[in-house]
Amino acid sequence: MGRERIVNAALAVLLLGVPLWAHWAGEPFTITLATRAAILALAGVGLNLALGTGGLVSLGHAVFFGLGGYAMGILAHHAQTFTPLPLWDLPGTKSMPVIWLVAITGGALMAALIGALSLRSSGVYFIMLTLAFGQMCFYFAVSSPTYGGEDGLSIWVRNGFPGLNTLDPLQFFLLAYAVLMAVIWAMARIKASPFGLALAAARQSPARLDAVGARPFRLRLVAFVISGAVTALAGALFADLNRFVSPSMLSWQTSGELIVIVVLGGVARLYGPVAGAILLVTLEHYLGGISEYWQIALGAALLAVVLFARGGLIGALAGRPVAHD
Amino acid sequence: MTEPGAILEVTGLRKRFGALQATDDVSLDLHAGEIHALIGPNGAGKSTLIGQISGALRPDAGRVAIAGQDVTAMDTAGRARLGLARTFQISALAMDMTVLQNVVLGVAGAQRGLWRFWRPALRDPALLAPARAALARTGLTGEAATQVAALSHGQRRRLELAMALVLRPRLFVMDEPLAGLGTDGSAALTRTLDTLRVEAPILLVEHDMDAVFRLADRISVLVEGRIVATGPPDAIRGDRDVRRAYLGEDGP
Ligand SMILES: Nc1ncnc2c1ncn2[C@@H]1O[C@H](COP(=O)(O)OP(=O)(O)OP(=O)(O)O)[C@@H](O)[C@H]1O
Ligand SMILES: [Mg+2]
Repeated sequence: MGRERIVNAALAVLLLGVPLWAHWAGEPFTITLATRAAILALAGVGLNLALGTGGLVSLGHAVFFGLGGYAMGILAHHAQTFTPLPLWDLPGTKSMPVIWLVAITGGALMAALIGALSLRSSGVYFIMLTLAFGQMCFYFAVSSPTYGGEDGLSIWVRNGFPGLNTLDPLQFFLLAYAVLMAVIWAMARIKASPFGLALAAARQSPARLDAVGARPFRLRLVAFVISGAVTALAGALFADLNRFVSPSMLSWQTSGELIVIVVLGGVARLYGPVAGAILLVTLEHYLGGISEYWQIALGAALLAVVLFARGGLIGALAGRPVAHD
Repeated sequence: MTEPGAILEVTGLRKRFGALQATDDVSLDLHAGEIHALIGPNGAGKSTLIGQISGALRPDAGRVAIAGQDVTAMDTAGRARLGLARTFQISALAMDMTVLQNVVLGVAGAQRGLWRFWRPALRDPALLAPARAALARTGLTGEAATQVAALSHGQRRRLELAMALVLRPRLFVMDEPLAGLGTDGSAALTRTLDTLRVEAPILLVEHDMDAVFRLADRISVLVEGRIVATGPPDAIRGDRDVRRAYLGEDGP
């Protein structure tokens, strides 16, 4: 655990230090980039529980990310237009805690539905099923005109959080960072708990899990629900960062990007998505400025990780995982 | 052939793989305090039978009962909860996890304690104490922190047994626990198995004839999916059909 702990701490300090420095240097755009990295890392942390620990390669996590985004968009839209929500005669809201709660609940319910329907299959079939659900949600959003259809929904002012001025880039960053750290801490506990052990064992040897009287399907379903809820929370934050949500958040490319973040950083490693998101946002920013074809470089980096560094960036820096606690 | 009071009762089991009748009208039982060995040549259908008893395979016909309860329609996890502990011919262990983590998983499963999300499993004394006891019994105490992938074959076989011990089962079903152990390892594990029958009876599939004749209270011989003889070791040793079908051509 020793070396990985140090790498993790360094990543946490880096992600916090860069925007603090940017604030001091008067570079708000760098703060926005760091916020983007923190939020994408959060989405990746959600995915990593399913993909890394559970071995469930979901190509549909954009569903939860986009669902969180639309939870924000729809609630804020009704609040800023002073119209009630369609099904229940309730007003919208500009309060982040309420929006997050709705996003988390929605993500969990959607993950329960998709998981219940797809977790009986495995391997390529599971990947294809999650992709199919993702495409269904994408086309549903594109074709329903109420909330902007293809054009998406814009929010005039970023939503609020009690005691903070979320319009200040640094304060919004610190909020996203705090959420990320809290979720990583909770994930560490879950991974070390009996449930976490069982989930990891279900990936490595499902027959063993049966033999100790547990059913892999239920464990995986619960992991998928937690995973979807966390990714939906990230989606709500991401939409708030951009003050905009559109079907692209639901696209399969977004699902792919989340997988890239996890794989680049280190599958099943606690801080893998943090490393992956920092790397992705940095590449996107610097290479994206040089050439439109920066994704070729990303592809090459990904290939290198898959071929040479199975543990991703964390694996390259901290070595093999030390399983013992 | 089966009588009331048996902890395991198998009646008229049949299983077909395409043209192959892998299990052909098999009936057998297991009583408290005994080791019932199941022997037979390679491909006789021993693992297939174990699969149907443990719930991994569905029989085409017949009935399996544990302590008088019909479990034919029950899945593997359900049978494990009723007290059936199986060991695998090919180790089924979580390779990336440590020895202790594997055994703690078994303890948590036996205690129905897997649905706990917060407390670190390796800091829970209620999980650690039985896990460490099982490791001590199988001689794995020194390997507690070793990753399973780094264990030797013999150590993995012992961990297989430890995983069954922590379930505190009503019966053991073991598929070749001694396979590939070598003389010393085999002798040591044979002694461990010998002490186990008082805790729970064992249905033992094993190719090691020395161990089988030392341990077994009863032996059943399976050939081409059929039980051709059942009886105490001496009777089996003297059975001409058995010698011809099995011991003579494929024996030790
Ligand atoms: N899933 C399956 N599908 C088709 N045939 C199978 C299947 N499983 C086993 N068999 C066949 O059934 C027969 C019995 O296999 P089984 O593994 O039960 O034998 P065994 O007695 O355990 O042999 P060994 O001593 O080598 O472990 C073999 O001929 C095997 O090829
Ligand atoms: Mg076999």
